[in-house]
Amino acid sequence: MKVLVAVKRVIDYNVKPRVKMDGSGVDLMNVKMSMNPFDEIAVEEAIRLKEKGTVTEIVAVSIGPAKAQETLRTALAMGADRAILVQTDEEVEPLGVAKILAKIAEGEQPQLVILGKQAIDDDNNATGQMLAALLGWPQGTFASKIELGGDATVTREVDGGLETVKLKLPAVVTTDLRLNEPRYASLPNIMKAKSKPLETKSPGDYGVDVARRLETLKVVEPAKRQAGVKVGSVDELVGKLKALGVAK
Amino acid sequence: MSVLVLVEHDGATIKDATLATVTAAAKLGEVHALVAGSDAAAQAAAKIAGLAKVYSANSPALEHQLAEAVAPVVVKLMADHDAFVVPATTTGKNIAPRVAALLDVMQVSDVLSVEGPDTFTRPIYAGNAIATVKSNDAKKVLTVRTTAFEKAAADGGSAAVENVDAAGDPGTSSFVGLEASKSERPELTSAKVIVSGGRAFGSSEQFHALLDPLADKLGAAVGASRAAVDAGYAPNDYQVGQTGKIVAPEVYVAIGISGAIQHLAGMKDSKTIVAINKDEEAPIFQVADIGLVGDLFKIVPELTEKL
Repeated sequence: MKVLVAVKRVIDYNVKPRVKMDGSGVDLMNVKMSMNPFDEIAVEEAIRLKEKGTVTEIVAVSIGPAKAQETLRTALAMGADRAILVQTDEEVEPLGVAKILAKIAEGEQPQLVILGKQAIDDDNNATGQMLAALLGWPQGTFASKIELGGDATVTREVDGGLETVKLKLPAVVTTDLRLNEPRYASLPNIMKAKSKPLETKSPGDYGVDVARRLETLKVVEPAKRQAGVKVGSVDELVGKLKALGVAK
Repeated sequence: MSVLVLVEHDGATIKDATLATVTAAAKLGEVHALVAGSDAAAQAAAKIAGLAKVYSANSPALEHQLAEAVAPVVVKLMADHDAFVVPATTTGKNIAPRVAALLDVMQVSDVLSVEGPDTFTRPIYAGNAIATVKSNDAKKVLTVRTTAFEKAAADGGSAAVENVDAAGDPGTSSFVGLEASKSERPELTSAKVIVSGGRAFGSSEQFHALLDPLADKLGAAVGASRAAVDAGYAPNDYQVGQTGKIVAPEVYVAIGISGAIQHLAGMKDSKTIVAINKDEEAPIFQVADIGLVGDLFKIVPELTEKL
């Protein structure tokens, strides 16, 4: 069984984003970039399924600038077999990404596509669901467990607890935090990844128009909260809580 | 403009998230609601103040709100509506993008405010930046940050309920089960008071032994930072933050939580924030209204006793 995983190059999750003075966006000049953490979990899950013997080939895909090659090399070093970079300097929205991934899925015919549930830059949480819609496939979003047999049984993190659904294959799954803990690529694997195949394409090769539908008018910093007072003892804290009406 | 809201329900009652969504939708135009999979919930929805019409669609496939079954029903109704608005809950976030792609629309996620018929604000980068975006699509698909809008009244309305075709079940997915988190306490997203714990608790046993009695005293829900969830001290549905739940209670008590960006993103709209932490330089104190520096293992039992 072939699995497709989608990965995005984003600001490293340890970096505090800074809003540009002119309000045009977040400053990404000279900022450390990494693989979106939820996508790392997607790659890891595909590798674990391969280690179990249910998956035979893992294809990693990224849509982004030339530097997204590094992100794909990371996926290859972790254990993906080959990679496709759909190169563009435009910021492609989830709808455009889903359209490109749908075309790739039509060509590659995977039984499963695994994606992170959201990217930590634009926080949309939409690409996986959109891809499933375009392909007419079922979706298992926010997955904390995936079991593959003739179907995919996916446990989902929902507001009220854990929901389990059964999906006919082929299917789309998006990852939540507790699905697994991604491995670090070892040095020999990083070296080996350099010789794994990486194909470069453009959105035009798939006939997809990636023009943006949402126009960003401005980006500002959120309103800051003012620090309040420090109290010196539990008794003082109890007094404050009583004043707020939450304690008797 | 007519707006279709997806009602979130548990098969009988309407979830609070729906009420805030109705308020957001009303800023765009006349609000209609779709209840998928429950007659009882459709009757309850008809009482929500401000609704002009309730559509009720029923079929076994809709009972568990599976996106594969709900999306075609919505797409059909969208022929006569200009916008589809859902709460940014796990149910809404599962369904809305599927609908958006079928309509060839780019969704606006986590809307914080409605600035105009096609202009909205939304958080990006874990709430470290707020973007104002204009949608150039003819129809809009929005998910709404429910803590950013007042709740519409659950009573007082008398909308007509219209039965609509449930469309076909594509049959590609099925519901197996729900392992509901059991708790006698209020739900995190609707609680007035939340006590939340971080990794400083050191173990799952200490997390519960210290926080549960305090929560009981305050009638509070219990939350946790991502660090505490990752360390296994609390289940994932306790998680408050960018990747967990977004809450805005009257009082949020953060204990042993340093205040990472990703946690602040989930609770900084709380009315009053109380922080207890042994590190007086912890970033949580920069957003807290009331702070107490000290050892939580001494403070929490004393606080519980004195309340």
